[in-house]
Amino acid sequence: MSELNINDAVLTTRLDAVVNWGRKNSLWPMPFGVACCAIEFMSMMSSKYDLARFGAEAMRFSPRQSDMMLVLGTITNKMAPVLRTIYAQMAEPKWVISVGVCASSGGMYRTYATLQGIDRVIPVDVYVPGCPPRPESMIYGVMKLQEKIEKESLSMRKDHIARFYESLARQEAYEAAKGVTGQQAIREMLADAAERGAGTIF
Amino acid sequence: MITEHIDAQLPDAITDRHDFRGDQTIVIGAASLLPVVDLLHREGFQFLVDITAVDWPEREPRFDVVYHWLNMASQERLRVKVPVADGASVPTLALQFKTANWFEREVFDLFGISFSGHPDLRRLLMWQDFPGHPLRKDFPLDGGDAFCMEGCTAPYNNGERRG
Repeated sequence: MSELNINDAVLTTRLDAVVNWGRKNSLWPMPFGVACCAIEFMSMMSSKYDLARFGAEAMRFSPRQSDMMLVLGTITNKMAPVLRTIYAQMAEPKWVISVGVCASSGGMYRTYATLQGIDRVIPVDVYVPGCPPRPESMIYGVMKLQEKIEKESLSMRKDHIARFYESLARQEAYEAAKGVTGQQAIREMLADAAERGAGTIF
Repeated sequence: MITEHIDAQLPDAITDRHDFRGDQTIVIGAASLLPVVDLLHREGFQFLVDITAVDWPEREPRFDVVYHWLNMASQERLRVKVPVADGASVPTLALQFKTANWFEREVFDLFGISFSGHPDLRRLLMWQDFPGHPLRKDFPLDGGDAFCMEGCTAPYNNGERRG
């Protein structure tokens, strides 16, 4: 008799699909708020736009307790090692949304002081254009990330993050070998990457 | 007003001056900076608003270190310029004015002008082993960043990089 009812009680699926379904609907955002995009982020989180509708209301200000970093604003070269450290500290699996033109490409700041896009130093999943983007744009970015999570494979995400850890170890080795600061190490690694025709250091 | 007092008490300290619509400016040598500052302090110019610098790449000496003072009682302002050659140094004011500590570190960081006697002359804004001084006019705007693309040439020197 119980054999007849088994189709009602059991659902067969792929592991990736069921895990990713859980992941995409319980994102824990951490704001890396360094400029005006963070103001729009506050609006996105609060009642009018309300990111809670997408299962991402549990905002944490500690990287240890979050898995979706929103980089909100201009990242200077001096901040680059900090950004890498904080990304490394986040709980796995982790995703990054680059919010606004400054975080995505350096924006209007084409100078010695500004990192020309955070994707030079950490892996980015979704870019949201705008200066700053409206809350709707950021929500659309989160929805795009959810679509991406739905489709990705667990092992690919793991390898993706492992490649970053490998680059962090290379950076630390470089700092120790040359006796330079993190900023200078990243700067020199970026120059080396540009020579090889690569856009990133991870 | 204050310039007459300086003239009276420290003759020959002021090498140049102008007073365009009330912006009192005096130019003094680095050697007379400390006596002039002592005098200014006694005269009530006790608020050091800012220290900055100007790069004149074709001029000798190359830099002007610029001090702005405010007299809180009379609301009078005074600008003091000290010309300084590339590689030369200016006496620090960090011992008389606490605020001068970071101002001078900023000028040291961005222009490469050193301040003799400063208690802690490290870079303030850029990282410690940053190559070059960004506000010098021959510093390329992109600082040699390979990922700064078009529009990143030096404003001075016809856009060509030097050094």
